[in-house]
Amino acid sequence: MAILTKEQAKALLTKVLSYSKAEQCEVNLNGSDGGNIRYARSSVSTSGGISTNSLVVTSAFGKKSGVATINEFDDASLEKVVRRAEELAQLAPENPEFMDFLGPQEYGPESPTFSEATAAMGPKERADAVQASLNQAKENKLNAAGFLSNSTGYSAMMNSKGLFAYNKSTDVAFNITIRTEDGKGSGYATKGYNDYTKLDTKGATAIAAKKAMASVTAKAIEPGKYTVILEPTAVAVMLENLFFDLDARRADEGRSSMSKPGGKTKVGEQLLDERVNVYSDPWNPELPTATWNGDGRPQQKVNWIEKGVVKNLYTSMYWAAKKGIKSLPSPGGAIMQGGTKTLEELIKGTEKGILVTRLWYIRSVDPQTLLLTGLTRDGTFYIENGEIKFPVKNFRFNESPIIMLNNLDEIGKSERTVSAESDTNYLLPALKIRDFTFTSLSDAV
Amino acid sequence: MTGIGLGASMVQGIPAFGREISVEEALTPVDVKLKKRMADVALNAARSKGATYADVRIGRYLNQVIATREKQVQNIANSESYGMGVRVIANGSWGFAATNNLDNDSIAKAAEMAVAIAKGNAKLLVEPVQLAAQKGFGEVGWKTPVEVNAFEVPITDKVSMLLNANSEAMKGGAKYVNSNLFMVNEQKYFASTDGSYIDQDIHRIWPTFTVTGIDPSGGKFETRNALSAPMGMGFEYLTPKDTEKIKGGPVTMYKKRYDLMEDIKEATVHVAEKLKAKPVLPGKYDLVLDPTHLFLTIHESVGHPTELDRVLGYEANYAGTSFLTLDKWESKRFNFGSKAVNVIADKTEPGSLGAVGYDDEGVKCGSWDIIKDGILVNYQTIRDQAHILGLKASQACCYADSWESIQFQRMPNVSLAPGKTPLSAAEMVKNVEKGIYMFGRNSYSIDQQRYNFQFSAQLAYEIKEGKIVGMLKDASYQANTQEFWNSCTQLCDKNDYRLGGTFADGKGQPGQVSAVSHGSPTSRFNGVNVINTGRKLG
Repeated sequence: MAILTKEQAKALLTKVLSYSKAEQCEVNLNGSDGGNIRYARSSVSTSGGISTNSLVVTSAFGKKSGVATINEFDDASLEKVVRRAEELAQLAPENPEFMDFLGPQEYGPESPTFSEATAAMGPKERADAVQASLNQAKENKLNAAGFLSNSTGYSAMMNSKGLFAYNKSTDVAFNITIRTEDGKGSGYATKGYNDYTKLDTKGATAIAAKKAMASVTAKAIEPGKYTVILEPTAVAVMLENLFFDLDARRADEGRSSMSKPGGKTKVGEQLLDERVNVYSDPWNPELPTATWNGDGRPQQKVNWIEKGVVKNLYTSMYWAAKKGIKSLPSPGGAIMQGGTKTLEELIKGTEKGILVTRLWYIRSVDPQTLLLTGLTRDGTFYIENGEIKFPVKNFRFNESPIIMLNNLDEIGKSERTVSAESDTNYLLPALKIRDFTFTSLSDAV
Repeated sequence: MTGIGLGASMVQGIPAFGREISVEEALTPVDVKLKKRMADVALNAARSKGATYADVRIGRYLNQVIATREKQVQNIANSESYGMGVRVIANGSWGFAATNNLDNDSIAKAAEMAVAIAKGNAKLLVEPVQLAAQKGFGEVGWKTPVEVNAFEVPITDKVSMLLNANSEAMKGGAKYVNSNLFMVNEQKYFASTDGSYIDQDIHRIWPTFTVTGIDPSGGKFETRNALSAPMGMGFEYLTPKDTEKIKGGPVTMYKKRYDLMEDIKEATVHVAEKLKAKPVLPGKYDLVLDPTHLFLTIHESVGHPTELDRVLGYEANYAGTSFLTLDKWESKRFNFGSKAVNVIADKTEPGSLGAVGYDDEGVKCGSWDIIKDGILVNYQTIRDQAHILGLKASQACCYADSWESIQFQRMPNVSLAPGKTPLSAAEMVKNVEKGIYMFGRNSYSIDQQRYNFQFSAQLAYEIKEGKIVGMLKDASYQANTQEFWNSCTQLCDKNDYRLGGTFADGKGQPGQVSAVSHGSPTSRFNGVNVINTGRKLG
């Protein structure tokens, strides 16, 4: 089944709802079409095309609800999936947290999540883009391993209370690791866009190649506390753990870094440096996201952290109603307000420090303080008197993004970046941080 | 992802949660004759288009998840994913295509597309695929030897079991409790142009929970997860048996039968103790690591670096490469660990997650040494890699997590062999002067070549002069893989040997998950660096 238009999705969902005999029924429909190429040792290793469609029916009788899913769309299958959701609902115990479905909502103007250029991408465009990357690596006698994928998708939902929502989107993702032939140098680049024409695989490969060649003959320096400049890719994997923790229920229940003694939360508190502003905006032209979430609530522009103060936490509909707080869904993307300096300018203004281009294998060590551990990877460099002096061996760190954003020195320009841990896209700046804690050395290249 | 997915994310994390189906429907297997007919359609179509080799996997993947918290059921889901993947070699290159339309035309089209993709990729080929020879087995089968099919146990019984466990935790003073039961049944049919038609029925089960305790005055919270293991077993894993328990230590330990009620009661006590535990003093300690913890250290520091595709660079852009380069293996002298360290790769151990009759490219499963008396002697390979090691046959490490995923090299069970001298964990602790005894997996992180790691545990007990003196908090150990395994001085005997494992080892782009077990006895590592990870905010 191809990507459905708004009208086609509406017609299909109306048909599904017509089979419902439940007190309430809600139907979510998702589909995507896409493809990928993976390459390693400078040659294509796997490639494929993926097309999926899925229909999820939630039926409810009082506070009893059932969910059933199907990927077949003939009338008999559609009726069957509705009956199955109803059967499961009748069998299920009452769920005190079940919330009535929402009625019609206002979602504002359409967000520019869809690009015709990306939707038109096929095997040839993918092969050409990969060829450009491979040629770039071969010219410099470097080993390339990379992955390119693109997809076009749509989501729609409708319920028995009259709610209808639809969104169409595209995305393209490219990541590349370049290693020197002797295995002593490694560099990485990752890019993600809605619009394929913004992707320059040759340029991204050149960045990774430069890092790989510059990171050969890395010197070991003592672990300890250092001033660091984190490139946006490194910032993403640290800060997203803070974004994930802005959940109202866990904060209220006393089990997150947003909790305070006595069942209180840190909302309204000066948690971070006053230059830290984090928000989400579905209509941001650089990071457009859907204007509604899976339960039908509208997404809005929301300030999560303003001048270092926690302003809002996201919540389920149930928890918002129980606590009498604003019902904000978790956002589709996060943006940290950037400064004006380029990465080069941040380096130039650094007397002594370490440039971290990528962090990896990030894991929570202590959820209470949001302490994370992980390692530098694919290019780490020592800075002295405003210049990169030499590559350094990789470090393991133990650091909390909350502590990090209190030791903030400078903020660079924001740019679209991708978390290599969660594959989520963000708009984030490079950050210069004091006293970042490296706890040991790694021999890994 | 780059390692093992956490239990909490598993509800969304298990792939192939396709169509929701009734239990009754799930219990009726697809007719073998029909599967053979469909496979032959694909194999013939591939050959007629120019494939020199082809294999077909018809997969029916059933999953059931029950998720609860406190007194509520959060989610019950039965689901099925059914379809076929066709893999071919044409013009020396691999090609793959998959379909969930299983009429003859769609099957033939998928096979043709796989051949077309192979021919397209052949233009970018550096060297043609060299496939290790594999004889056809004809029509054969294999089943996980389950005593009770978990899918046949009524859902209400399973829900009651979890809710009773939650109730026990709440009675014991837990503030919150989440419990989950995951069940998987892979009905897989493999056929190849080598002449194999292999029908397999594979079962896995994983009960787990998290108990949370809160100190409201100090605003602190602590959790303790279940010490169960995901197993290649049926529901019998959840029937407690005294002979499958090891008692006498600070924690009850379970072999191939798990006692959910007992473990959750102990967990509730442990959470209260954790809230009052003493912060660890950083420094060197002798570590006594229980299999509930050590399995993950084995997984990350032995299992991953001995994957041959990582060694060769195929995972360079994602999971990383390996410090165990081919020259180290060729030297036959690379001291991976102390002489006490013997690591075995295996796809046959009863109850393990990796146990199957044949892998996903039709190779019969077996076991082999990876580390012998501390020396690196082998890797994990599949058919197109065997020649690199001079092997005549694959080691049967090929797996795909769905009919629509391309099979590739995945980790078999990688296990630490028990010591030959009789020794219990209690006796091991008696000889430790300054140490920490660790149970259960917690935080884990390792670099992309598997040199430097940091791990922490669910429970850490201080050992002073041979006695357990109390619980510690904020203890993580950091080590270099080779130094760590060379500090291994003592292993308990086979009576202490147990399996740990994961349902969700991540690898590949697009990502795939696989289930793998790691067996070990309680083991001692001398002089390991322990850091204190406690921090204060504002």
